[in-house]
Amino acid sequence: MNVFSQTLLWLGDASNWEGTGGISVRLVQHMQYSLATLAITCVIAIPLACYIGHFGRALFVIPVINALRALPTLGMLSALALIFGLGISAPMIVMVMFAIPPVLAATYSGIANVSQTTTHAMRAIGFSEWQILWNVELPTAFPAILGGIRSAFTQIIATWTVAAFLPVGGLGRFLIDGLAIRDYSQMLGASFLVIGLSIAVDVLMLIVQNTIERHSRYSQLTTQS
Amino acid sequence: MNWLILNCAQILHYALQHMLLSVFPILLGTLVAVPLARLANGFRLTRSSIYVASSVLYAIPSLPLLIFLPALLRTKILNPVNIEVALTIYAIAIMLTSASHAFLSIDPSVIHAADAMGFGAWKKFFQVELPLAGSQLLAGIRVVSVSTISLVTVGSLIGVNSLGFFFLEGYQRDFPLEIWVGIAATALIALLFDQILAICGRVLMPWNHRRVTRERSAA
Amino acid sequence: MSSFGRKLIGGVLAGVVMMGTVGCGSSNPLDSSSSQESDASTITIGSANFAESEILANMYVQALASHGIHAALKPDIGARDVYIAALKDGSIDLVPEYTGNLLQYFDKDSTAHSASDVYSELKKALPSKFAVLDQAKAEDSDSLNVTKSYSEQHHVTSIGDLSKINGLKIAAAPEFATRPYGITGLKQQYGVDATLIPINDGGGATTIKALLNGTVQMANINTTSPSIKTNNLVTLKDPLQMILPQRVIPLISKSAESDKVTSVLNEVQSKLTTQDLMTMNGESINDKESASAIAKHWLQTYKLV
Repeated sequence: MNVFSQTLLWLGDASNWEGTGGISVRLVQHMQYSLATLAITCVIAIPLACYIGHFGRALFVIPVINALRALPTLGMLSALALIFGLGISAPMIVMVMFAIPPVLAATYSGIANVSQTTTHAMRAIGFSEWQILWNVELPTAFPAILGGIRSAFTQIIATWTVAAFLPVGGLGRFLIDGLAIRDYSQMLGASFLVIGLSIAVDVLMLIVQNTIERHSRYSQLTTQS
Repeated sequence: MNWLILNCAQILHYALQHMLLSVFPILLGTLVAVPLARLANGFRLTRSSIYVASSVLYAIPSLPLLIFLPALLRTKILNPVNIEVALTIYAIAIMLTSASHAFLSIDPSVIHAADAMGFGAWKKFFQVELPLAGSQLLAGIRVVSVSTISLVTVGSLIGVNSLGFFFLEGYQRDFPLEIWVGIAATALIALLFDQILAICGRVLMPWNHRRVTRERSAA
Repeated sequence: MSSFGRKLIGGVLAGVVMMGTVGCGSSNPLDSSSSQESDASTITIGSANFAESEILANMYVQALASHGIHAALKPDIGARDVYIAALKDGSIDLVPEYTGNLLQYFDKDSTAHSASDVYSELKKALPSKFAVLDQAKAEDSDSLNVTKSYSEQHHVTSIGDLSKINGLKIAAAPEFATRPYGITGLKQQYGVDATLIPINDGGGATTIKALLNGTVQMANINTTSPSIKTNNLVTLKDPLQMILPQRVIPLISKSAESDKVTSVLNEVQSKLTTQDLMTMNGESINDKESASAIAKHWLQTYKLV
């Protein structure tokens, strides 16, 4: 198909990669935005889930945060853009908002799945709550947490493209700007990059997940010995 | 508030469009993904390719997909069919994984028992596997429903209007109320669909509901 | 949540929907425009993604409807490239347009400058499947604006004055990047280097915010926008007439053209003034009235319905 060869030409043209609006810059921006989103998400979601999972308190937070998923991304972007104005804060808040549920749910279920018998026993022999969380619950929940982070990360990468509806950078720029002038090769090229990025990240996370899973089984053994 | 009253006809019009646009992808996605997942579960290779396929499908950014479908389907660019197909693809992506998990979670001994009793493949699927995987399948459909209803609004960027219309118009006019009304109405539709699905689940799978009530009364 | 709670929510939701249907069902202004595009007698009118275009589209829909011509509305389709494609493939039959920009879209090299030249050139440049009706007196063109303080500080009153400025940023819709009156034209005609900050609000509130807080130095705003006056913006002079006269004009698919449609819409065109556009934009942006209500009000004022 003609569009596809044009897309390859677009991707292959070195001049498209250069400059402030070039593919290289947009690709790096996209990664930066996505990583920052993921970091903020983890800083919020993991401690919160640990608290809820460990103490079994404030359980209502889980369904409330899950309900956030029902809010439309485009709507939240436009609404928050009017509140926070130009710049990165509005889309960043929205992206974090949609990334929190998978990480929170995975961490919570990982922690809550640790058997009560184990935690009771540890408490009985004098472990502090913090020690129980750090030495048993978190290591046990680690594969689940990584799974949550993995699905959140791919989702973040895909969703940042919609954020380009607002004046921000990233690969979404090519999609929204390409849409305005019906520049197919630009849109398709950027889509390939987004899909490629997302698959690369997914595979990378899978490798990390498998490696750590092996390692965590080992560390659990050492804790027990 | 005044705006809300003056524009309630328009809000309802788009809410209705929104619901119409959401229904088909949810149903079609489920109808395609459930049997496909069941079939693929039979072999290790196809089972693992399901997960790859669904994560690739889900990684496709929605905007370009919406733009390219008219060229692929030879439809007109404002034809709602385009967004229906795109949303169905996402629905399948979500549903494939969760349906595969749902069927895998069935206790194998039950399947063996059904085999021993001489159930044919079809009978086994409809009378044993589907009912047992039912509650997990329903959970998957509910995720699909929420995600579809939210994604419908992206269609407004390409001129297929739903409640997403209010997001763009409100943004252009610096009018947060209009946007929040659109968001609230979208969330309300998501809640409505979710409740309908839950009720369908209770009607079709009364045993799950009974078990829950029994557990609750026991507790 | 208890099952009673769920039932309650379900019941309340159902109630709200029903009440809403009963409450507003009768007065639905979109009733005449619900999507029945297959109907051959229906003319489908689209609009671009900004308020004025939506108002104009509503005007045409209502004017036609009052003469018994069934018209459907497809508002907010997108930028010119998108709705022209929609017109080409028959998704829509008519769209409100602006003469100069439309001419440049079909003929990049046109040298026409006066409103009448632009109109006659446009007729020649149109693809064979398209036609235009009469052009209105009403004009709404793109315009490049800076803040008053910026204009005074940097002695900028005309577009050419910008050529000495480095690192110039301009807020406009994404398509501005490739338009003859956009980044390309600025470079070619005035030797001005500018970076586009794409903002998708049709020169609305966010664009103004970006201009006022210094994110950008210049913004592309429609001349009929009330915000130029409200914010004391300085509209830069365009001595080379890079931006052509932009009279309001309906662009129609020949297959949908008929004597009746033409006469109804030309009557609307003959009444519309630039001042009307400004007033109506104010009603949309400041008073948050709906496009259909504004259109109705205008048609009633001129006794066209």
